[in-house]
Amino acid sequence: MSYYDKTAHALADLLAKKEASSVEITKSCLERIDMVDPKVNAYITVDAEGALAQAAKADEARTAGEAVHPLAGVPIAVKDNICTKGLATTCASRMLEHFVPPYDAFVTRRIREAGMVILGKLNMDEFAMGSSTENSSFFQTKNPWNLDYVPGGSSGGSAACVAADMAPLALGSDTGGSIRQPAHYCGVVGMKPTYGRVSRYGLVAFASSLDQIGPLTKDVRDAALALNLICGHDPMDSSSAPLEVPDFTASLGQDVAGMRIALPRAFMGEGIQREVKEAVLAAAARFEAMGAVVEEVDLTMTDMALPAYYLISSAEASSNLARFDGIKYGHRAKSYDNLLDLYKQTREEGFGTEVKRRIMLGTYALSSGYYDAYYKKAQQVRTLIKGGFDEIFAAYDLILTPTGPTTAFKLGAKTADPVAMYLNDICTVPVNIAGLPAISMNCGFDDLGLPIGLQLVGKAFDEHSILKAADAYEKAGGLSLDKPRL
Amino acid sequence: MKITREEVERVAHLARLNLTEKEKEQMTRDMEAIIGFADQINSCDIHDVKPTAHIIPINNVFREDVVVASMDREQLLENAPNQEQGCFSVPQVVE
Repeated sequence: MSYYDKTAHALADLLAKKEASSVEITKSCLERIDMVDPKVNAYITVDAEGALAQAAKADEARTAGEAVHPLAGVPIAVKDNICTKGLATTCASRMLEHFVPPYDAFVTRRIREAGMVILGKLNMDEFAMGSSTENSSFFQTKNPWNLDYVPGGSSGGSAACVAADMAPLALGSDTGGSIRQPAHYCGVVGMKPTYGRVSRYGLVAFASSLDQIGPLTKDVRDAALALNLICGHDPMDSSSAPLEVPDFTASLGQDVAGMRIALPRAFMGEGIQREVKEAVLAAAARFEAMGAVVEEVDLTMTDMALPAYYLISSAEASSNLARFDGIKYGHRAKSYDNLLDLYKQTREEGFGTEVKRRIMLGTYALSSGYYDAYYKKAQQVRTLIKGGFDEIFAAYDLILTPTGPTTAFKLGAKTADPVAMYLNDICTVPVNIAGLPAISMNCGFDDLGLPIGLQLVGKAFDEHSILKAADAYEKAGGLSLDKPRL
Repeated sequence: MKITREEVERVAHLARLNLTEKEKEQMTRDMEAIIGFADQINSCDIHDVKPTAHIIPINNVFREDVVVASMDREQLLENAPNQEQGCFSVPQVVE
Protein backbone atom coordinates (compact mmCIF):
# COMPACT_ATOMS: atom_id res chain seq x y z
CA MET A 1 0.00 0.00 0.00
CA SER A 2 1.25 3.49 -0.77
CA TYR A 3 1.01 6.18 1.86
CA TYR A 4 2.86 9.03 0.19
CA ASP A 5 -0.24 10.61 -1.38
CA LYS A 6 -2.19 10.94 1.87
CA THR A 7 -2.79 14.02 4.01
CA ALA A 8 -1.08 14.39 7.38
CA HIS A 9 -4.37 13.91 9.25
CA ALA A 10 -5.15 10.71 7.26
CA LEU A 11 -1.69 9.37 8.16
CA ALA A 12 -2.18 10.39 11.80
CA ASP A 13 -5.43 8.39 11.83
CA LEU A 14 -3.71 5.31 10.36
CA LEU A 15 -0.95 5.59 12.96
CA ALA A 16 -3.41 6.04 15.83
CA LYS A 17 -5.37 2.95 14.73
CA LYS A 18 -2.07 1.05 14.26
CA GLU A 19 -3.03 0.36 10.65
CA ALA A 20 0.33 1.64 9.44
CA SER A 21 3.72 2.23 11.00
CA SER A 22 5.73 5.41 10.69
CA VAL A 23 8.56 3.40 9.13
CA GLU A 24 6.20 2.14 6.39
CA ILE A 25 4.89 5.66 5.76
CA THR A 26 8.36 7.19 5.77
CA LYS A 27 9.67 4.53 3.36
CA SER A 28 6.73 5.19 1.06
CA CYS A 29 7.59 8.93 1.00
CA LEU A 30 11.31 8.25 0.45
CA GLU A 31 10.50 5.91 -2.46
CA ARG A 32 8.26 8.57 -3.95
CA ILE A 33 11.08 11.10 -3.64
CA ASP A 34 13.48 8.68 -5.40
CA MET A 35 10.96 8.23 -8.16
CA VAL A 36 9.80 11.77 -8.94
CA ASP A 37 12.31 14.21 -7.47
CA PRO A 38 14.80 13.65 -10.32
CA LYS A 39 12.12 15.36 -12.46
CA VAL A 40 10.85 17.99 -10.00
CA ASN A 41 14.04 18.88 -8.04
CA ALA A 42 12.26 20.02 -4.89
CA TYR A 43 14.74 18.74 -2.30
CA ILE A 44 18.20 20.16 -1.64
CA THR A 45 18.84 17.55 1.07
CA VAL A 46 17.04 14.26 1.70
CA ASP A 47 17.81 12.84 5.14
CA ALA A 48 16.71 9.22 4.64
CA GLU A 49 18.79 7.89 7.52
CA GLY A 50 17.62 10.50 10.04
CA ALA A 51 14.02 10.16 8.86
CA LEU A 52 13.94 6.38 9.25
CA ALA A 53 15.59 6.59 12.69
CA GLN A 54 12.97 9.09 13.88
CA ALA A 55 10.18 6.97 12.35
CA ALA A 56 11.40 3.90 14.25
CA LYS A 57 11.48 5.97 17.43
CA ALA A 58 7.89 7.15 16.91
CA ASP A 59 6.77 3.56 16.28
CA GLU A 60 8.49 2.35 19.43
CA ALA A 61 6.80 5.04 21.52
CA ARG A 62 3.39 4.06 20.14
CA THR A 63 4.00 0.35 20.58
CA ALA A 64 5.08 0.97 24.18
CA GLY A 65 1.76 2.71 24.74
CA GLU A 66 3.36 6.08 25.54
CA ALA A 67 1.25 9.23 25.21
CA VAL A 68 2.33 10.67 21.87
CA HIS A 69 1.44 13.78 19.88
CA PRO A 70 -1.20 12.97 17.21
CA LEU A 71 1.32 13.91 14.50
CA ALA A 72 4.10 11.70 15.92
CA GLY A 73 5.56 9.65 13.09
CA VAL A 74 4.01 11.78 10.34
CA PRO A 75 6.63 12.98 7.80
CA ILE A 76 7.21 16.66 7.03
CA ALA A 77 9.71 18.58 4.86
CA VAL A 78 11.21 21.96 5.67
CA LYS A 79 12.27 24.96 3.58
CA ASP A 80 16.03 25.30 3.59
CA ASN A 81 16.07 28.66 5.40
CA ILE A 82 14.74 27.13 8.64
CA CYS A 83 17.53 25.89 10.91
CA THR A 84 17.69 22.15 11.59
CA LYS A 85 20.38 21.12 14.07
CA GLY A 86 22.88 18.76 12.47
CA LEU A 87 21.19 18.99 9.04
CA ALA A 88 22.59 21.40 6.42
CA THR A 89 20.61 24.66 6.06
CA THR A 90 21.80 26.40 2.91
CA CYS A 91 19.21 29.06 2.01
CA ALA A 92 19.99 27.82 -1.54
CA SER A 93 23.08 30.04 -1.39
CA ARG A 94 26.76 29.40 -2.06
CA MET A 95 27.28 31.49 1.06
CA LEU A 96 25.78 28.77 3.29
CA GLU A 97 26.39 25.73 1.09
CA HIS A 98 28.20 23.87 3.89
CA PHE A 99 26.47 25.43 6.90
CA VAL A 100 25.22 22.93 9.48
CA PRO A 101 23.25 24.75 12.20
CA PRO A 102 24.30 24.13 15.81
CA TYR A 103 20.69 24.72 16.93
CA ASP A 104 17.07 24.13 15.94
CA ALA A 105 14.67 26.88 14.91
CA PHE A 106 11.66 27.27 17.21
CA VAL A 107 9.42 25.56 14.64
CA THR A 108 11.94 22.74 14.14
CA ARG A 109 11.97 22.16 17.87
CA ARG A 110 8.16 21.96 17.83
CA ILE A 111 8.32 19.41 14.99
CA ARG A 112 10.85 17.28 16.84
CA GLU A 113 9.00 17.52 20.17
CA ALA A 114 5.87 16.26 18.42
CA GLY A 115 7.89 13.29 17.12
CA MET A 116 7.36 14.17 13.45
CA VAL A 117 9.75 12.81 10.83
CA ILE A 118 11.85 15.36 8.93
CA LEU A 119 12.34 14.00 5.39
CA GLY A 120 14.67 16.75 4.23
CA LYS A 121 15.21 20.36 3.23
CA LEU A 122 13.59 22.12 0.30
CA ASN A 123 14.78 24.32 -2.53
CA MET A 124 13.96 28.03 -2.63
CA ASP A 125 15.05 31.32 -4.14
CA GLU A 126 18.39 32.25 -2.57
CA PHE A 127 17.69 33.78 0.87
CA ALA A 128 13.96 33.69 -0.05
CA MET A 129 14.42 36.51 -2.59
CA GLY A 130 12.39 35.70 -5.66
CA SER A 131 9.06 34.55 -7.06
CA SER A 132 10.01 31.51 -9.14
CA THR A 133 12.77 29.55 -7.30
CA GLU A 134 14.95 30.37 -10.32
CA ASN A 135 17.24 32.29 -7.96
CA SER A 136 18.36 29.09 -6.23
CA SER A 137 22.15 28.87 -6.55
CA PHE A 138 21.94 25.10 -6.93
CA PHE A 139 19.27 23.99 -9.39
CA GLN A 140 15.84 24.76 -10.78
CA THR A 141 12.71 23.29 -9.19
CA LYS A 142 9.98 22.49 -11.74
CA ASN A 143 6.22 22.86 -11.47
CA PRO A 144 4.82 19.31 -11.06
CA TRP A 145 1.80 20.21 -13.22
CA ASN A 146 4.04 21.05 -16.16
CA LEU A 147 7.80 20.63 -15.93
CA ASP A 148 8.42 23.54 -18.33
CA TYR A 149 6.88 25.97 -15.83
CA VAL A 150 8.14 27.53 -12.59
CA PRO A 151 6.71 26.36 -9.24
CA GLY A 152 6.59 29.94 -7.96
CA GLY A 153 8.70 31.20 -5.10
CA SER A 154 10.38 31.67 -2.91
CA SER A 155 9.02 28.50 -1.21
CA GLY A 156 8.89 26.76 -4.62
CA GLY A 157 10.48 23.57 -3.29
CA SER A 158 7.90 23.37 -0.48
CA ALA A 159 4.93 23.82 -2.84
CA ALA A 160 6.27 21.46 -5.53
CA CYS A 161 7.13 18.83 -2.91
CA VAL A 162 3.58 18.75 -1.51
CA ALA A 163 1.95 18.94 -4.96
CA ALA A 164 4.09 16.00 -6.18
CA ASP A 165 3.27 13.94 -3.04
CA MET A 166 6.89 13.91 -1.85
CA ALA A 167 5.75 14.89 1.68
CA PRO A 168 2.26 15.19 3.17
CA LEU A 169 3.07 18.74 4.25
CA ALA A 170 5.94 21.22 4.33
CA LEU A 171 6.97 24.43 6.02
CA GLY A 172 7.76 27.57 4.06
CA SER A 173 8.30 31.23 4.82
CA ASP A 174 6.40 34.24 3.46
CA THR A 175 7.83 37.76 3.25
CA GLY A 176 5.83 39.09 0.29
CA GLY A 177 3.85 36.03 -0.82
CA SER A 178 6.51 33.31 -0.70
CA ILE A 179 4.14 30.67 0.72
CA ARG A 180 0.91 31.71 -1.01
CA GLN A 181 2.17 32.42 -4.54
CA PRO A 182 3.89 29.00 -4.98
CA ALA A 183 0.82 27.34 -3.37
CA HIS A 184 -1.26 29.06 -6.10
CA TYR A 185 1.13 27.95 -8.89
CA CYS A 186 1.29 24.33 -7.62
CA GLY A 187 -2.35 23.84 -6.57
CA VAL A 188 -1.81 23.29 -2.84
CA VAL A 189 -2.96 25.06 0.33
CA GLY A 190 -0.51 27.64 1.69
CA MET A 191 -1.06 29.72 4.79
CA LYS A 192 0.75 32.74 6.15
CA PRO A 193 -0.27 33.33 9.77
CA THR A 194 -0.50 36.83 11.26
CA TYR A 195 2.89 38.47 11.77
CA GLY A 196 3.88 37.50 15.32
CA ARG A 197 1.92 34.23 15.48
CA VAL A 198 4.99 32.09 14.81
CA SER A 199 8.44 32.64 16.28
CA ARG A 200 11.08 33.54 13.70
CA TYR A 201 13.85 32.19 15.92
CA GLY A 202 16.08 30.11 13.66
CA LEU A 203 14.50 31.35 10.42
CA VAL A 204 17.36 32.91 8.46
CA ALA A 205 16.25 36.54 8.37
CA PHE A 206 15.35 38.26 5.10
CA ALA A 207 13.07 41.18 6.11
CA SER A 208 12.40 40.95 9.83
CA SER A 209 9.25 43.08 9.97
CA LEU A 210 7.60 41.00 7.22
CA ASP A 211 8.91 37.39 7.46
CA GLN A 212 6.55 34.73 8.77
CA ILE A 213 6.72 30.92 8.74
CA GLY A 214 3.70 28.89 7.65
CA PRO A 215 2.56 25.52 6.28
CA LEU A 216 1.96 24.20 2.75
CA THR A 217 -0.51 21.34 2.81
CA LYS A 218 -2.90 19.23 0.74
CA ASP A 219 -6.03 20.43 2.55
CA VAL A 220 -7.34 22.97 5.05
CA ARG A 221 -7.47 20.55 7.99
CA ASP A 222 -3.73 19.94 7.66
CA ALA A 223 -3.13 23.70 7.61
CA ALA A 224 -5.05 24.02 10.90
CA LEU A 225 -3.11 21.11 12.44
CA ALA A 226 0.18 22.63 11.34
CA LEU A 227 -0.77 25.98 12.86
CA ASN A 228 -1.59 24.26 16.14
CA LEU A 229 1.92 22.85 16.03
CA ILE A 230 3.96 25.97 15.15
CA CYS A 231 2.09 28.96 16.64
CA GLY A 232 2.85 30.44 20.03
CA HIS A 233 4.93 32.93 21.94
CA ASP A 234 8.68 32.38 22.12
CA PRO A 235 10.93 34.43 24.41
CA MET A 236 13.70 33.99 21.81
CA ASP A 237 11.73 36.13 19.32
CA SER A 238 10.62 39.36 20.97
CA SER A 239 8.32 40.12 18.04
CA SER A 240 6.32 36.93 18.60
CA ALA A 241 2.94 37.77 20.09
CA PRO A 242 2.30 36.88 23.75
CA LEU A 243 -1.21 35.63 22.95
CA GLU A 244 -3.11 32.46 23.71
CA VAL A 245 -3.13 30.12 20.72
CA PRO A 246 -6.59 28.73 19.98
CA ASP A 247 -7.21 25.20 18.70
CA PHE A 248 -7.38 26.02 15.01
CA THR A 249 -9.20 22.80 14.14
CA ALA A 250 -12.22 24.26 16.01
CA SER A 251 -12.66 26.54 12.97
CA LEU A 252 -13.39 23.56 10.72
CA GLY A 253 -16.82 22.24 9.79
CA GLN A 254 -18.64 25.48 10.52
CA ASP A 255 -21.37 27.36 8.71
CA VAL A 256 -20.32 30.44 6.74
CA ALA A 257 -23.85 31.83 6.34
CA GLY A 258 -23.81 35.53 7.16
CA MET A 259 -20.04 35.94 6.80
CA ARG A 260 -19.14 39.18 5.06
CA ILE A 261 -16.54 38.85 2.30
CA ALA A 262 -15.08 41.84 0.45
CA LEU A 263 -13.93 41.51 -3.17
CA PRO A 264 -11.55 44.40 -3.99
CA ARG A 265 -12.04 45.73 -7.51
CA ALA A 266 -8.33 46.57 -7.89
CA PHE A 267 -7.42 42.86 -7.92
CA MET A 268 -10.05 41.88 -10.48
CA GLY A 269 -9.29 44.39 -13.22
CA GLU A 270 -6.55 45.06 -15.71
CA GLY A 271 -3.58 42.67 -15.75
CA ILE A 272 -5.49 39.77 -14.23
CA GLN A 273 -5.56 36.68 -16.48
CA ARG A 274 -9.06 35.86 -17.77
CA GLU A 275 -9.21 32.33 -16.32
CA VAL A 276 -7.95 33.56 -12.94
CA LYS A 277 -10.66 36.20 -12.79
CA GLU A 278 -13.35 33.70 -13.80
CA ALA A 279 -12.22 31.15 -11.22
CA VAL A 280 -12.22 33.71 -8.40
CA LEU A 281 -15.68 34.98 -9.42
CA ALA A 282 -16.92 31.38 -9.42
CA ALA A 283 -15.47 30.96 -5.93
CA ALA A 284 -17.26 34.14 -4.84
CA ALA A 285 -20.51 32.69 -6.20
CA ARG A 286 -19.86 29.47 -4.28
CA PHE A 287 -19.45 31.47 -1.06
CA GLU A 288 -22.70 33.30 -1.80
CA ALA A 289 -24.46 29.99 -2.41
CA MET A 290 -23.34 28.95 1.08
CA GLY A 291 -24.99 32.04 2.53
CA ALA A 292 -22.04 34.41 2.76
CA VAL A 293 -22.39 38.01 1.63
CA VAL A 294 -19.85 38.93 -1.07
CA GLU A 295 -19.54 42.58 -2.07
CA GLU A 296 -17.19 44.50 -4.34
CA VAL A 297 -15.15 47.12 -2.51
CA ASP A 298 -12.40 49.65 -3.16
CA LEU A 299 -9.28 48.77 -1.21
CA THR A 300 -7.16 51.92 -1.29
CA MET A 301 -3.39 52.30 -1.55
CA THR A 302 -2.67 48.78 -2.78
CA ASP A 303 -0.94 50.18 -5.88
CA MET A 304 1.69 51.64 -3.56
CA ALA A 305 2.31 48.32 -1.80
CA LEU A 306 4.88 46.91 -4.24
CA PRO A 307 7.19 49.94 -4.40
CA ALA A 308 6.96 50.34 -0.60
CA TYR A 309 7.62 46.62 -0.18
CA TYR A 310 10.76 46.60 -2.30
CA LEU A 311 12.17 49.53 -0.35
CA ILE A 312 11.33 48.17 3.11
CA SER A 313 12.24 44.53 2.46
CA SER A 314 15.48 45.39 0.67
CA ALA A 315 16.50 47.84 3.40
CA GLU A 316 15.92 45.21 6.07
CA ALA A 317 17.67 42.57 3.94
CA SER A 318 20.76 44.72 3.43
CA SER A 319 21.03 45.04 7.19
CA ASN A 320 20.24 41.38 7.95
CA LEU A 321 22.66 40.03 5.36
CA ALA A 322 25.52 42.15 6.70
CA ARG A 323 26.28 39.20 9.00
CA PHE A 324 27.61 37.14 6.08
CA ASP A 325 31.19 38.34 6.23
CA GLY A 326 33.24 35.15 5.94
CA ILE A 327 34.37 35.20 9.57
CA LYS A 328 32.14 33.09 11.82
CA TYR A 329 30.42 30.74 9.38
CA GLY A 330 29.64 30.35 5.71
CA HIS A 331 31.80 30.94 2.66
CA ARG A 332 35.16 32.74 2.89
CA ALA A 333 37.04 33.91 -0.21
CA LYS A 334 40.34 32.11 -0.83
CA SER A 335 42.21 35.16 -2.03
CA TYR A 336 42.09 38.72 -0.64
CA ASP A 337 44.40 41.65 0.20
CA ASN A 338 43.23 42.63 3.70
CA LEU A 339 40.26 42.37 6.08
CA LEU A 340 38.06 44.80 4.11
CA ASP A 341 38.82 42.95 0.90
CA LEU A 342 38.05 39.64 2.61
CA TYR A 343 34.53 40.91 3.38
CA LYS A 344 34.01 42.28 -0.11
CA GLN A 345 35.38 39.29 -2.00
CA THR A 346 33.57 36.78 0.23
CA ARG A 347 30.24 38.53 -0.39
CA GLU A 348 30.93 38.94 -4.09
CA GLU A 349 31.53 35.18 -4.40
CA GLY A 350 28.88 33.97 -1.94
CA PHE A 351 25.81 35.91 -3.08
CA GLY A 352 23.89 35.48 -6.33
CA THR A 353 22.67 38.25 -8.62
CA GLU A 354 19.22 38.90 -7.11
CA VAL A 355 20.57 38.94 -3.54
CA LYS A 356 23.22 41.48 -4.57
CA ARG A 357 20.56 43.60 -6.28
CA ARG A 358 18.42 43.70 -3.13
CA ILE A 359 21.42 44.43 -0.90
CA MET A 360 22.38 47.29 -3.24
CA LEU A 361 18.83 48.70 -3.35
CA GLY A 362 18.48 48.44 0.43
CA THR A 363 21.84 50.01 1.12
CA TYR A 364 20.96 52.83 -1.28
CA ALA A 365 17.55 53.42 0.36
CA LEU A 366 19.17 53.59 3.80
CA SER A 367 22.20 55.65 2.81
CA SER A 368 22.74 59.24 3.83
CA GLY A 369 20.62 61.62 1.78
CA TYR A 370 18.11 58.99 0.62
CA TYR A 371 16.78 57.70 3.93
CA ASP A 372 13.93 60.27 4.18
CA ALA A 373 13.06 60.07 0.49
CA TYR A 374 12.84 56.27 0.37
CA TYR A 375 12.96 54.24 3.56
CA LYS A 376 11.06 56.62 5.82
CA LYS A 377 8.54 57.43 3.12
CA ALA A 378 7.94 53.72 2.46
CA GLN A 379 7.20 53.28 6.15
CA GLN A 380 4.71 56.15 6.01
CA VAL A 381 3.07 54.53 2.97
CA ARG A 382 2.94 51.36 5.06
CA THR A 383 0.75 53.19 7.59
CA LEU A 384 -1.63 54.21 4.79
CA ILE A 385 -1.81 50.67 3.38
CA LYS A 386 -2.66 49.28 6.80
CA GLY A 387 -5.32 51.99 7.11
CA GLY A 388 -6.87 50.83 3.82
CA PHE A 389 -7.25 47.31 5.21
CA ASP A 390 -8.61 48.62 8.53
CA GLU A 391 -11.35 50.46 6.64
CA ILE A 392 -12.47 47.28 4.84
CA PHE A 393 -12.27 45.16 7.98
CA ALA A 394 -14.54 47.57 9.83
CA ALA A 395 -17.36 46.17 7.67
CA TYR A 396 -16.16 42.75 6.48
CA ASP A 397 -14.79 39.51 7.97
CA LEU A 398 -12.58 38.51 5.05
CA ILE A 399 -11.13 39.80 1.81
CA LEU A 400 -11.17 37.55 -1.29
CA THR A 401 -8.66 38.07 -4.12
CA PRO A 402 -6.75 35.98 -6.65
CA THR A 403 -3.43 34.89 -5.11
CA GLY A 404 -1.60 36.16 -8.17
CA PRO A 405 -2.55 37.99 -11.38
CA THR A 406 -1.60 35.00 -13.57
CA THR A 407 -0.97 31.29 -13.35
CA ALA A 408 2.60 29.89 -13.42
CA PHE A 409 4.88 31.18 -16.19
CA LYS A 410 7.51 29.32 -18.20
CA LEU A 411 11.01 28.78 -16.84
CA GLY A 412 13.20 31.71 -17.86
CA ALA A 413 10.30 33.88 -19.04
CA LYS A 414 10.87 36.70 -16.55
CA THR A 415 14.46 36.34 -15.36
CA ALA A 416 15.76 39.23 -17.47
CA ASP A 417 13.45 41.88 -16.01
CA PRO A 418 13.46 42.21 -12.19
CA VAL A 419 10.48 44.60 -12.13
CA ALA A 420 8.31 42.26 -14.25
CA MET A 421 9.18 39.46 -11.80
CA TYR A 422 8.19 41.66 -8.82
CA LEU A 423 4.71 42.26 -10.30
CA ASN A 424 3.78 38.59 -9.70
CA ASP A 425 3.42 39.47 -6.03
CA ILE A 426 0.92 42.30 -6.46
CA CYS A 427 -1.95 40.51 -4.64
CA THR A 428 0.14 39.05 -1.81
CA VAL A 429 2.57 41.84 -0.86
CA PRO A 430 -0.02 44.26 0.62
CA VAL A 431 -0.97 41.54 3.12
CA ASN A 432 2.59 41.31 4.47
CA ILE A 433 2.88 45.10 4.59
CA ALA A 434 -0.17 45.09 6.90
CA GLY A 435 1.00 41.95 8.80
CA LEU A 436 -2.29 40.12 8.20
CA PRO A 437 -3.01 36.37 7.98
CA ALA A 438 -3.98 34.86 4.62
CA ILE A 439 -4.45 31.54 2.88
CA SER A 440 -4.09 30.49 -0.74
CA MET A 441 -6.02 27.47 -2.00
CA ASN A 442 -6.83 26.01 -5.38
CA CYS A 443 -10.03 27.21 -7.08
CA GLY A 444 -9.59 25.82 -10.58
CA PHE A 445 -7.26 25.46 -13.56
CA ASP A 446 -6.44 27.61 -16.58
CA ASP A 447 -6.80 26.51 -20.22
CA LEU A 448 -3.33 24.90 -20.10
CA GLY A 449 -4.22 22.89 -17.00
CA LEU A 450 -2.18 25.01 -14.58
CA PRO A 451 -3.64 25.57 -11.09
CA ILE A 452 -5.33 28.81 -10.02
CA GLY A 453 -5.32 29.96 -6.38
CA LEU A 454 -7.69 32.18 -4.48
CA GLN A 455 -6.54 34.19 -1.49
CA LEU A 456 -8.55 34.83 1.67
CA VAL A 457 -7.19 37.58 3.93
CA GLY A 458 -8.34 38.04 7.54
CA LYS A 459 -8.01 40.53 10.36
CA ALA A 460 -4.87 40.39 12.48
CA PHE A 461 -4.90 37.24 14.64
CA ASP A 462 -8.19 36.09 13.11
CA GLU A 463 -6.92 32.92 11.43
CA HIS A 464 -10.20 31.43 12.64
CA SER A 465 -12.36 33.20 10.03
CA ILE A 466 -9.95 32.27 7.24
CA LEU A 467 -9.87 28.59 8.16
CA LYS A 468 -13.64 28.51 8.64
CA ALA A 469 -14.32 29.92 5.17
CA ALA A 470 -11.52 27.91 3.50
CA ASP A 471 -12.73 24.66 5.03
CA ALA A 472 -16.33 25.35 4.04
CA TYR A 473 -15.14 26.09 0.50
CA GLU A 474 -13.21 22.83 0.42
CA LYS A 475 -16.15 20.82 1.77
CA ALA A 476 -18.47 22.42 -0.80
CA GLY A 477 -16.30 20.84 -3.48
CA GLY A 478 -14.18 23.86 -4.30
CA LEU A 479 -10.84 22.17 -3.79
CA SER A 480 -9.78 20.01 -6.74
CA LEU A 481 -8.80 16.42 -6.06
CA ASP A 482 -6.82 16.24 -9.31
CA LYS A 483 -3.14 15.41 -9.03
CA PRO A 484 -0.29 16.23 -11.39
CA ARG A 485 0.81 13.31 -13.59
CA LEU A 486 4.45 12.52 -12.99
CA MET B 1 16.28 59.11 -10.69
CA LYS B 2 19.41 58.70 -12.80
CA ILE B 3 21.84 56.20 -11.28
CA THR B 4 25.47 56.69 -12.23
CA ARG B 5 28.27 54.17 -12.24
CA GLU B 6 29.97 56.20 -9.47
CA GLU B 7 26.82 55.88 -7.35
CA VAL B 8 26.82 52.10 -7.87
CA GLU B 9 30.49 51.97 -6.80
CA ARG B 10 29.76 54.07 -3.70
CA VAL B 11 26.84 51.85 -2.63
CA ALA B 12 28.78 48.64 -3.41
CA HIS B 13 31.54 49.84 -1.10
CA LEU B 14 29.00 50.59 1.67
CA ALA B 15 27.47 47.13 1.14
CA ARG B 16 30.93 45.49 1.09
CA LEU B 17 30.56 43.98 -2.37
CA ASN B 18 33.41 43.66 -4.91
CA LEU B 19 31.30 43.92 -8.04
CA THR B 20 32.93 42.94 -11.35
CA GLU B 21 32.98 45.48 -14.20
CA LYS B 22 30.18 43.58 -15.92
CA GLU B 23 28.12 43.50 -12.74
CA LYS B 24 28.57 47.24 -12.23
CA GLU B 25 27.21 47.86 -15.70
CA GLN B 26 24.21 45.59 -15.16
CA MET B 27 23.60 46.91 -11.64
CA THR B 28 23.53 50.51 -12.92
CA ARG B 29 20.74 49.59 -15.34
CA ASP B 30 18.82 47.41 -12.86
CA MET B 31 18.98 49.92 -10.01
CA GLU B 32 17.76 52.70 -12.24
CA ALA B 33 14.76 50.56 -13.27
CA ILE B 34 13.97 49.43 -9.73
CA ILE B 35 14.40 52.87 -8.16
CA GLY B 36 12.29 54.32 -10.95
CA PHE B 37 9.62 51.80 -9.96
CA ALA B 38 10.04 52.60 -6.25
CA ASP B 39 9.76 56.34 -6.99
CA GLN B 40 6.00 55.82 -7.43
CA ILE B 41 5.65 56.28 -3.68
CA ASN B 42 6.57 59.93 -4.18
CA SER B 43 3.12 60.48 -5.68
CA CYS B 44 1.58 59.68 -2.26
CA ASP B 45 0.53 62.42 0.08
CA ILE B 46 2.27 61.38 3.28
CA HIS B 47 2.15 64.76 5.00
CA ASP B 48 1.76 64.20 8.78
CA VAL B 49 1.54 60.40 8.39
CA LYS B 50 3.42 58.50 11.07
CA PRO B 51 5.84 55.83 9.81
CA THR B 52 5.10 52.18 10.68
CA ALA B 53 8.20 50.13 11.46
CA HIS B 54 6.36 47.18 12.87
CA ILE B 55 2.78 46.14 12.35
CA ILE B 56 2.00 45.04 15.89
CA PRO B 57 2.67 47.57 18.62
CA ILE B 58 5.70 46.19 20.42
CA ASN B 59 7.53 47.90 23.21
CA ASN B 60 10.80 46.92 24.80
CA VAL B 61 10.58 43.39 26.07
CA PHE B 62 12.27 42.94 29.43
CA ARG B 63 13.25 39.71 31.12
CA GLU B 64 15.03 38.64 34.28
CA ASP B 65 18.81 38.54 33.99
CA VAL B 66 19.19 34.79 34.45
CA VAL B 67 22.40 32.89 33.77
CA VAL B 68 21.86 30.10 31.23
CA ALA B 69 24.30 27.82 29.42
CA SER B 70 25.84 29.23 26.22
CA MET B 71 26.21 27.21 23.06
CA ASP B 72 29.15 24.87 22.91
CA ARG B 73 32.31 26.61 21.64
CA GLU B 74 33.66 23.61 19.74
CA GLN B 75 30.35 23.09 18.03
CA LEU B 76 30.06 26.74 17.00
CA LEU B 77 33.60 26.76 15.64
CA GLU B 78 32.83 23.78 13.41
CA ASN B 79 31.20 26.19 10.95
CA ALA B 80 34.09 28.68 11.02
CA PRO B 81 35.97 29.03 7.73
CA ASN B 82 39.20 29.39 9.71
CA GLN B 83 39.87 28.87 13.40
CA GLU B 84 42.83 28.85 15.73
CA GLN B 85 43.12 28.09 19.45
CA GLY B 86 39.37 28.21 20.03
CA CYS B 87 38.98 31.57 18.21
CA PHE B 88 37.83 32.74 14.78
CA SER B 89 40.95 33.45 12.76
CA VAL B 90 41.04 36.66 10.66
CA PRO B 91 43.74 38.50 8.68
CA GLN B 92 45.92 40.90 10.68
CA VAL B 93 43.95 44.07 11.47
CA VAL B 94 46.36 46.08 13.64
CA GLU B 95 49.87 46.77 12.38
